[in-house]
Amino acid sequence: MKRFALLCAAALAVAITAGPAAAQELTGTLKKIKDTGVVKVGNRDASIPFSYLDDQQKPIGYGVDICLKIVDAIKAELKMPNLKVDFVPVTSQTRIPILTGGNIDLECGSTTNSVERQKQVAFAPTYFVTGTKLIVKKSSGIKGYDDLKGKTVVYTQGTTNERAMKAYNDEKKLGINFIPSKDHAESFLAVETGRAVAFPMDDILLYSLRASAKNPADYEVIGPFLSDDPYGIMLRKDDPAFKKLVDDTVIKLYKSGEINKIYHKWFESKIPPKGINLGFPMSDALKELVKNPSDKGVEACGKMKC
Amino acid sequence: MDFSVFFQPAFSGGGIYLDWVLSGIKWTLLVSILGWVIAFSVGSLLGILRTTPVPALRWIATIYVEVFRNVPLLVQMFIWYFVLPEIVPTGMGDWLKTRMPVPEFWNAVLCLGFYTASRVAEQVRSGIQSIPRGQTDAGLAIGLTLPQVYRHVLLPMAYRIVIPPLTSEFLTIFKNSSVALTIGVLELTAQARQISEYTFRTFEAFTVATVVYLVITLAVALVMRVLEKKVRVPGYIGSARK
Repeated sequence: MKRFALLCAAALAVAITAGPAAAQELTGTLKKIKDTGVVKVGNRDASIPFSYLDDQQKPIGYGVDICLKIVDAIKAELKMPNLKVDFVPVTSQTRIPILTGGNIDLECGSTTNSVERQKQVAFAPTYFVTGTKLIVKKSSGIKGYDDLKGKTVVYTQGTTNERAMKAYNDEKKLGINFIPSKDHAESFLAVETGRAVAFPMDDILLYSLRASAKNPADYEVIGPFLSDDPYGIMLRKDDPAFKKLVDDTVIKLYKSGEINKIYHKWFESKIPPKGINLGFPMSDALKELVKNPSDKGVEACGKMKC
Repeated sequence: MDFSVFFQPAFSGGGIYLDWVLSGIKWTLLVSILGWVIAFSVGSLLGILRTTPVPALRWIATIYVEVFRNVPLLVQMFIWYFVLPEIVPTGMGDWLKTRMPVPEFWNAVLCLGFYTASRVAEQVRSGIQSIPRGQTDAGLAIGLTLPQVYRHVLLPMAYRIVIPPLTSEFLTIFKNSSVALTIGVLELTAQARQISEYTFRTFEAFTVATVVYLVITLAVALVMRVLEKKVRVPGYIGSARK
């Protein structure tokens, strides 16, 4: 009995001393990952080349590669070399609620870091910069935004491009007939089948959609930029320990120059599944951000005011 | 919870977010009610055909029912919207895609109507078949033609018998109308999603949608119950309870 009491006291002492220390080390997402042994990563299905599925339905891409570097850093931090990675497919519409709801820990797609989204989530340093343009059929005769007057335009629900286009439409009173769609592939299909004349989207995604079309020569991407869209990996906000780990990992990729290798792999080489080379060298804006990493967001309505 | 969000100015189109909800309700009602008109008329016809003595007619109706009720509604929605315009002649396809007014809306109405028709057909058939064979024979014996037997003997009873299951189908069409959001109809569920996306007020948006669906379906159920009572035949089915 005496021995049992002693044991209890010892256990209690250990609990008291170890408890707060452990809690101090691990909070939020890192604690969740440690407890469950799984890190959940949100991926997209058609955000080429950032986050999409290869012919074996495996998530790949520029964003996915960077996320996997973060996963490596988590493994090292938690000393869990066998940490399991679960990919969870998300869409433009579901990515924020799924992240805030805790079903994913990182979102690796093509998400614009906007001031408005920052009220809900946090962003890692920007890893790509793009902006809204239009994809149209060459035969449509559309040369600029004002030619869309009274025409049908398809948009992917939940994107910043939707907002930029709608704000422009309201401002210029174009009377555009909008049809919503759930992902980029379906939106492009609407343009391909002639259901809509144009699809506003980040220009890089438009170039990759065009490259994977049946007849790329039938389409053109027209500007000028309707909005600026810096992409960032999303994580839950108010989680400083995890944010620091993610930021440090991304910044390390930038400082070491490893980012150039990853960039080259996805934007200047042949990529699966069709072996297309996007031939899209790093923009000056992105080079600047690699030199001076930033997680600053943009206003939601593009160049128009909300 | 903060429902004041519905009175905030909406992101686009002037108005407030409540206007988005109202517009969603309008499209939900339009899609469902027009869909039901198709479902009820086509379904009744098919249900009758399934009980006729002519084998060819029975076969046509059976094939229709089995095809339309066994392919998922979502798949049918995509077929109407994405596939049909590509397999008809180009001129007609172009009309379906761009020149007809609100193509996604009419696609949804037709899809929902023809899908639900297969289910209505089965209810009508079961109603007709639940009437004892002797009534048909008696009708024919007194010199009525077969169409007259249907018109004056079988159908008046059959419809009364199947009011409860038809009520369920009618309610289901309101709920199934939410599938129309996948082809871009901004009905109630789509508007709820859109509001939650623009305001990040997911809980409030879907709470309102839930309440609206409940109000619509409860109102429909109530109307159907009154109808059932009104057309009841004393001494026949359903009148044991006073």
